[in-house]
Amino acid sequence: MPADGQSHVLNGAARRALDAMERTGKSTLEAVSGFGYGAALFFECIYWVFSGKRRRQPVRIPMVFEEMMQIGIRALPIVTILSLTIGIMLAIQGIHTLKLFGAESRVTLGIALSITREFAPLITGILVAGRSGSALAARLGTMNINQEIDALRVMGINPVRYLVAPPLIAMLVMLPALTFYSDLVALLGAGIYVSLDLGISFTAYTDRVIDALTMDDLMHGLGKSAIFAGLITLVGVVNGAGVKGGAEGLGRATTRSVVQAITAIVITDMLFVFVVTR
Amino acid sequence: MANEAQNVEERTVIEVEDLVTHYGERQILNGLSLSVREGEVFVIMGGSGSGKSTLLRYMLALERPTSGTVRVLGQDIVNCPASEIYELRKEMGVAFQGGALFSSMTVGDNIRLPLREHTDLDATTIRIMARLKLEVVNLAGFENLMPAELSGGMLKRAALARAVVMDPKLLFCDEPSAGLDPVVSAALDQLILRLREALGMTVVIVTHELESAFSIADRIVVLDRGNILTIGTVDEVKNSDNERVQSLLNRQTEVEELDPDAYLRRLLEDTIH
Repeated sequence: MPADGQSHVLNGAARRALDAMERTGKSTLEAVSGFGYGAALFFECIYWVFSGKRRRQPVRIPMVFEEMMQIGIRALPIVTILSLTIGIMLAIQGIHTLKLFGAESRVTLGIALSITREFAPLITGILVAGRSGSALAARLGTMNINQEIDALRVMGINPVRYLVAPPLIAMLVMLPALTFYSDLVALLGAGIYVSLDLGISFTAYTDRVIDALTMDDLMHGLGKSAIFAGLITLVGVVNGAGVKGGAEGLGRATTRSVVQAITAIVITDMLFVFVVTR
Repeated sequence: MANEAQNVEERTVIEVEDLVTHYGERQILNGLSLSVREGEVFVIMGGSGSGKSTLLRYMLALERPTSGTVRVLGQDIVNCPASEIYELRKEMGVAFQGGALFSSMTVGDNIRLPLREHTDLDATTIRIMARLKLEVVNLAGFENLMPAELSGGMLKRAALARAVVMDPKLLFCDEPSAGLDPVVSAALDQLILRLREALGMTVVIVTHELESAFSIADRIVVLDRGNILTIGTVDEVKNSDNERVQSLLNRQTEVEELDPDAYLRRLLEDTIH
């Protein structure tokens, strides 16, 4: 605060209120500029994907595959465990609830819809945000602190093209793919429980699921997961690129990227559902 | 003929004019002007916070100045499109203070990266060219190590190898001797001179190490609080009659100016409501 006359005239309460307002304004500005930066990054990545070759700054396909490996394939075990568990959990809860109405046999409809439309994309999104979004933030943050991003720039290599485009593409492909896989595994888990508990055959369960599901339900879930993919990547990149204050700042940025990505996922999910289903 | 030779010698590769820069609200450089001549070793010297590293970042077009122009190899890097800066950067090599090697890649991959990205050479040629540069910096055989497995001096040498792998016209080094013992540091200075001889580059070095600066510089600029104190050859700087230059050279701490009013104001700031 400048040591001019005015600040001395204000009493404590007014000054604190002003300070609070200033802080609110600053963080709002930061949030807005974060959004803008994220959007700009997204379009810059698209630009490099399509015209990188012409400008001799191509997005490297092997790097995209490497990211796909990290984001997608390496996440398969944990996605399997979580999806299977959630499928079984949904079956238990569904049967328990429907017992009240004596309508246990209708449980497959509820399971099929809630898994494909909501649980699989949400769980996979949150998982990948925790696994890969944070890793991205940490990697970019470290590179930022070590001047590696400056080094890329002075080498004439565009950092967005080299560091952001590959994970973005990989995420946009792998998150829907993982979500689809999660659909299958969760339905399998639920099917095992349902067929054991209600004494119907697994084939009958599968038939009912296929009857209950429309392409629309499946695409609803997969479409959402593509949006989540963009959000996770951009939140990770914005936080990683903005790291200040060494190792401590890096830790904060990593944590923040996970919290923000999950928040963004859940809010976007709600908005998406609101817009699409009404 | 003599006149022409003089002209060649005087050709400038970097020209900074009236460079004013801010970091947030704080003004860092207060209208600097200087020029770097082709083929020389130009040292930017100054204490901590003098703005020497900042000046380097603007010469590399990593930041946009508040006002003023910077011309590198005849190209105005303040007001030209990004694509031209990317082209220009292929003529520049930079060795950052901590090396800034990519920690996820081996030393060899680090050095090969610029070639892979900017040339259409096949993998074998790139491998051989990278090895040539590793030989020059005495790191032959360390190709497959990760940067974390190298010592400080080796990191800086590897960074130098990466900086010169494209045979740039301009080499920038940020604090090449920081954090190294005197022997290693002297060896690194010799290496930079050898590289200049071999590749015919212009070298710009930012440093606060007096000995290192005096042993390799053709010309030195001394910065202080964002201003140029003096600029000239090693002898001219050593014999400068500027008080601040002499205190910097003789490692004397500067005498703080006393202003009782300002002192009281700082103590009382934000306490009187």
